[in-house]
Amino acid sequence: MGKTLAEKILSAKSGTDAKAGDIVIASVDLAFVQDTTGPLTVRQFQSSGMSKLANPERTVLFIDHAVPSPNANQSNDHMLLREFADQCGCKLSDIGEGVCHQVVQEDFTRPGDVVVGADSHTTTAGALGAFATGMGSSDVAVAMGLGKNWFRVPESFKVQVDGNFPKWVSAKDLILHLIGTIGADGATYKSLEFHGGTIKKMSMTGRFTIANMAVEAGAKAGIFAADETTKQFLKSVERGNDYKALEADADAVYEKTIKIDANKLEPTVSKPHRVDNTALAKDLKDTKIQQVVIGTCTNGRMEDLAVAVSILKGKKPAKGVRLIVGPASRRIMTAAIEKGYITSLIESGATILPPGCGPCMGLHQGALGDGEACLSTANRNFEGRMGNPKSFIYLASPATAAASALTGEITDPREVM
Amino acid sequence: MLKGKAHKFGDSISTDHIIPGRYAPLRSNLPELAKHVLEDADVNFVKKVKAGDFVVGGNNFGLGSSREHAPLVIKMAGVSAILAKSVARIFYRNAINLGLPVLICDTDKISDGDELEVDLTAGTVKDITNGNKLTFGKMPEVMLKILNEGGIINYVKKHGDIVV
Repeated sequence: MGKTLAEKILSAKSGTDAKAGDIVIASVDLAFVQDTTGPLTVRQFQSSGMSKLANPERTVLFIDHAVPSPNANQSNDHMLLREFADQCGCKLSDIGEGVCHQVVQEDFTRPGDVVVGADSHTTTAGALGAFATGMGSSDVAVAMGLGKNWFRVPESFKVQVDGNFPKWVSAKDLILHLIGTIGADGATYKSLEFHGGTIKKMSMTGRFTIANMAVEAGAKAGIFAADETTKQFLKSVERGNDYKALEADADAVYEKTIKIDANKLEPTVSKPHRVDNTALAKDLKDTKIQQVVIGTCTNGRMEDLAVAVSILKGKKPAKGVRLIVGPASRRIMTAAIEKGYITSLIESGATILPPGCGPCMGLHQGALGDGEACLSTANRNFEGRMGNPKSFIYLASPATAAASALTGEITDPREVM
Repeated sequence: MLKGKAHKFGDSISTDHIIPGRYAPLRSNLPELAKHVLEDADVNFVKKVKAGDFVVGGNNFGLGSSREHAPLVIKMAGVSAILAKSVARIFYRNAINLGLPVLICDTDKISDGDELEVDLTAGTVKDITNGNKLTFGKMPEVMLKILNEGGIINYVKKHGDIVV
């Protein structure tokens, strides 16, 4: 009987014939933490009796969430991570280098890897054909020390997407549509595996957006086959040798198949305070917004910024709308400067943030006031997420975000273009 | 046998309800962080909860972030177990890793303030207030071992390894 992508990777990494439902010990190829989960990982590691990292070259501490540090407590946490990295010889990705879920793809993830991170959006690495999942601080501490951890092999849902996206519709609309259809717990404990003509043609940027949000349907992983597009991405970040092809067996067994016709998708929005509370942008006219965020680990890549520029170029946000743009990594920031995107966005009234998690973590950089509404390209709109439980967060694609910035209310991009 | 009062919450209690990102500056000061447990779901929870009590949720309890601080502050509040109809994956694993039991059962049959008695070995919840008796399923063997050792860090300290 054939294997799904999750079964293939976990079989190889556990040395067993792993099938959905099995519990296996798998070796971990990459373990990482960030600055809000890492200090607890360090303390748990130190109290566990484990003295050495199993694989320091493949252990990364990211300082990306509260950057540059907004307060003394956060600065002290950052110091703790820098000291631990020095002592243990692991990698440190310090302020300005970027969000872990982008830098991990640029510098570390290989098809077939098992990746664990103390951050729920670790699923992003599934876009490169890895089994990647978020874990808590203690679980990642164990993976760092032992080079392995236990995993329940998930059942998989096959998400079969065919057809072409209509103009101004993108991967973000697809994943919001999927979560709206199956619910925020529709894939709890499952591996979402993406197949079909639309997926084969999809850029890495689109795949990252989708894998990033797999966890918003409760999934343990969101995995794509590693193909020519994967290979080209790895070459573009000087890691062509890390490529290997990987696909599910044709006779793999899925718990369920979900079919989506890309031709029928429209610009989609998640309304407060749940990601599965979706509606079409065109049905949310008259929803006023005071802030627009374009960026984050979900939609802060070159293709996303290009879409924003194409809509905003030569124009300004509506009166009363603050436009915030955050490229996901230093590499992207540099490329966006070289392409002229950053200048263009600044001319369109954008405030540019340093690469990092910024407004999405709810501590600084764009926290909302009482009763305010924000349209963000991020992945989560829970109550209080952007620093204020009395505010409202809508999620959408970069195109919908840019169009809405121009009008001051939620707008289907096809109406302004 | 665990005994205490039920503190009932609705569906989809996220890790942002349990301990919001705006309190990240307190994550290395756990006693201060714990004062804000479940604040965005019930601002009075921290004043009402007593040692041994239960947090009772609906569907998809603990969805969202991987922050282990979420189950940690619930445990620090003295809560002896979390009961819910369903639980988000990372939260479930994190709670067990801290030695905090999470029991999947039909919590519609429990009301806020009910006195509960939980038998972890028998897999039963007795609602003393309304007389209902609920059962919860067995967790995988590896999780049971971790729970019985008081969490994964204690487990690794004792065994120096992890086996299934």
